[in-house]
Amino acid sequence: MIGAALIFAFACFGLGLLLNIYRVISAPSIGDRILALDTMVINAIAILSLFGIYEGTTIYFEVSMIMAMTGFISTVSYTRFLLRGNIIE
Amino acid sequence: MIVEILVSACLVISGIFGLVGSFGMIKLPDPMMRLHAPTKATTLGVGGALIASMLYFYFIAGQFSYHELMITLFLFLTAPITGHFIAKTHLHLSHKPGDLPSTGTDRPWASYESDAERQRIEEAQRAS
Repeated sequence: MIGAALIFAFACFGLGLLLNIYRVISAPSIGDRILALDTMVINAIAILSLFGIYEGTTIYFEVSMIMAMTGFISTVSYTRFLLRGNIIE
Repeated sequence: MIVEILVSACLVISGIFGLVGSFGMIKLPDPMMRLHAPTKATTLGVGGALIASMLYFYFIAGQFSYHELMITLFLFLTAPITGHFIAKTHLHLSHKPGDLPSTGTDRPWASYESDAERQRIEEAQRAS
């Protein structure tokens, strides 16, 4: 039963990633593009933790922790750059 | 058996919420509306997946891992901050200050108030 639920969740998040890639390519404004990139990182974290369950190993949690941190920092620095023209004042 | 049902339910719910979040980002008409779908629904979806993984590793694989709690905490702390920053970027890039509704006070929206103006008002408030 867990296997079927895992496959369902993989399909959902994979489809979500495809929608995000479509959004990154065809975004109407730059805010939407940043939002799509941020959502892509969150979906990738979800897929990584699902893959950890699938493989039965906890080694992927470090990877998702690092991805969460770099995703947050990159989103904040991108918006900060657009707002102020530089990142660290 | 109960744990299996619980883990499977968490996985299915998280998948549905993640898909709704990503679909809402494409479907909704207004940029400010589009901001809602990923910051709320997708964060909840990731939370469900991490809870499922924590339950699975504690009850079925027999080892407790606290990393999921850290990731969940980090994501739930940072999602509002990124949402706020993206909303502010959108506000400054595609709206003029005159387009926004009135704040109901003398002061403008906090994001458009200049530093000198803010200092002057705060000093006047402190003096009175």
